[in-house]
Amino acid sequence: MAQAHAPQFKNPVVKWIDSRLPIFTMLDHEYNQYPMPRNVNYLWAFGAIAGIMLVVMIATGLVLAMQYAANTHIAFDSVERIMRDVNYGWLLRYVHANGASMFFIAVYIHMFRGLYYGSYKAPREILWILGVLILLAMMATAFMGYVLPWGQMSFWGATVITNLFSAFPIVGDPIVTWLWGGFSVDNPTLNRFFALHFLLPFVLFALVILHTAALHVSGSNNPLGIDPKGPQDTVPFNPYVTVKDGFAVVVFLIVYAAFVFFAPNYLGHPDNYIPANPLVTPAHIVPEWYFLPFYAILRAIPDKLGGVLAMFGAIAVLVILPWLDTSKVRSCKFRPIYRQFFWILAVDALVLGYAGAMPAEGVWLMIARIGTAYYFFHFLVLLPLLGKLERPLPLPASICEPVLKGGGRVAAGAHAKPMEKA
Amino acid sequence: MRALKSAILSAALALGLAGAAQASEGVHIPEQSWPHSGVFGTIDKASAQRGFQIYKEVCSACHSMRLVPIRTLAGIGFKDDELKALAAGYEVQAGPNDAGEMFMRPGTPADRFPSPFPNDNAARAANNGALPPDLSLIAKARKGGEDYLYAFLTGFEDTPPEGVTLMPGMNYNKVFPGHQVGMPNILQPDGVSYADGTKATVDQEAKDVATFLTFVAEPHLDARKQMGVKVIMFLIVLAGLMYATKRKLWSTVH
Repeated sequence: MAQAHAPQFKNPVVKWIDSRLPIFTMLDHEYNQYPMPRNVNYLWAFGAIAGIMLVVMIATGLVLAMQYAANTHIAFDSVERIMRDVNYGWLLRYVHANGASMFFIAVYIHMFRGLYYGSYKAPREILWILGVLILLAMMATAFMGYVLPWGQMSFWGATVITNLFSAFPIVGDPIVTWLWGGFSVDNPTLNRFFALHFLLPFVLFALVILHTAALHVSGSNNPLGIDPKGPQDTVPFNPYVTVKDGFAVVVFLIVYAAFVFFAPNYLGHPDNYIPANPLVTPAHIVPEWYFLPFYAILRAIPDKLGGVLAMFGAIAVLVILPWLDTSKVRSCKFRPIYRQFFWILAVDALVLGYAGAMPAEGVWLMIARIGTAYYFFHFLVLLPLLGKLERPLPLPASICEPVLKGGGRVAAGAHAKPMEKA
Repeated sequence: MRALKSAILSAALALGLAGAAQASEGVHIPEQSWPHSGVFGTIDKASAQRGFQIYKEVCSACHSMRLVPIRTLAGIGFKDDELKALAAGYEVQAGPNDAGEMFMRPGTPADRFPSPFPNDNAARAANNGALPPDLSLIAKARKGGEDYLYAFLTGFEDTPPEGVTLMPGMNYNKVFPGHQVGMPNILQPDGVSYADGTKATVDQEAKDVATFLTFVAEPHLDARKQMGVKVIMFLIVLAGLMYATKRKLWSTVH
């Protein structure tokens, strides 16, 4: 960024290449000198963690694809062959299957961090929208990946979700037939889902590159939500943030490894170890946990088309979020009222997730309806109004001011870097 | 700090959802303590071998285990020659031969366990319309896993509770969804005579079968957990080093 200067490369080969194609200069600018606000906390590591998860998924997925057979007759057995006979196949598959969950955990935390600290506001609107597109691509990829083992939940999940499109008038049924490649979820569906499941991660990768490019134009947000005023407010990305993110990544990997090695099927559904059977419907068709809040919204609306629109709307509001939030102040730290509502929204998302796992009847249906109503109320009513009504607290003059104010390392640590001196 | 704490809490809650949601449905399945549960748990090989004996003498009359090669049993202590002898006891269809005919040959350890019925319809026809499920993955394909299998195998009642009328040919089971199951109460005291001399109580038999089925559903369970302990110990040490490096580095910033 501003204070970046052209690096001097000693290696003659690097020098030769760089003078013709300045990729080394670019990498140096973006990943070595890139100035990070010095007050970012560990929540900022989840972007890096999500990026690493994407790489892990592509690497394990590639090897799994070499062993998997996308045919309804043998798909289930080929997965079991991976689990039993392929060298470390069980490890690859469990790393991949649990990796999807861990990827969503990282991305959801990353998004809620953005919500809390106002990272979607000017000048980061496109950065945020690219993030929402990444979420959409992830959802499509994860959904199609879950279909591949061709277990009961694979089959019935695919049936339920693809059938959603039939809710649209006139074009609905042709769309569903087109998605299926036939008149039910069958071999053509599995084949195209496998092809798309292989393609989409690379689309995802391209989106991540754009996301990062947009980030490096505006620079990273920080817990105070104010722009760095100069070099005293920032640290170079390397080594400061690489080491800090590195530590966070390793801690994240510990949690990930705990799932992979000690509870590999905890996040899955037992029914998916039963081969797909179009004649037997499972008692409860439940999507993977990361879709549950959206599933709750879908079922909360009594009308099928309404439910589908509400579900897509739940993501669409995120796209226009930068314009729904009218407050000029980014960080929740200085928005005492919005901060309360942020936490209510976080709880609302969890409640919706729980309701999504329950049968859509009785009290849970009622709770899902209230939760859905509140979700849209938060984004469509509260956010535009709060920006006008709320009186934000005074913002500090610069990032280093509250860090250094009050003297002494303990005070500084206690304020802006809560994890540092523990 | 608060934000971070809450974030971790939310993640934990979100993770808890799937499990909690599943636990709240159906009959309560009491958790048993298995030698293979827990971080350091490994499959009790003697128990799994007894479980295999029951599978071979009892279960396999109706239940297939079509995904499991016979050689898998090396994981519970069968030696090469034992596996060969065991496999040779099975007849496996092979062919076609030069005359274009299918023929039967003795099994080899590389063969999968032969199924008792040629197809699902034949299985239903022989079992009063009920389909005995394949047992290759049964321990992972039921909520509660081996705890469920144990509860199911010990959950039969000769006389159903008052007010319950069983359909003809059905049996009452406390934990089976709907309580009516085609499978009879098959485990009897001393129903098998164990090769290792263990007393064959119903409780013992059910535990052995559940252990064996856990093993065949997850033949790499022991290797997985052992690798997990190493991986996590390595990561904890690495995390410590990373944290120390990070603190040293950032101490110049504040």
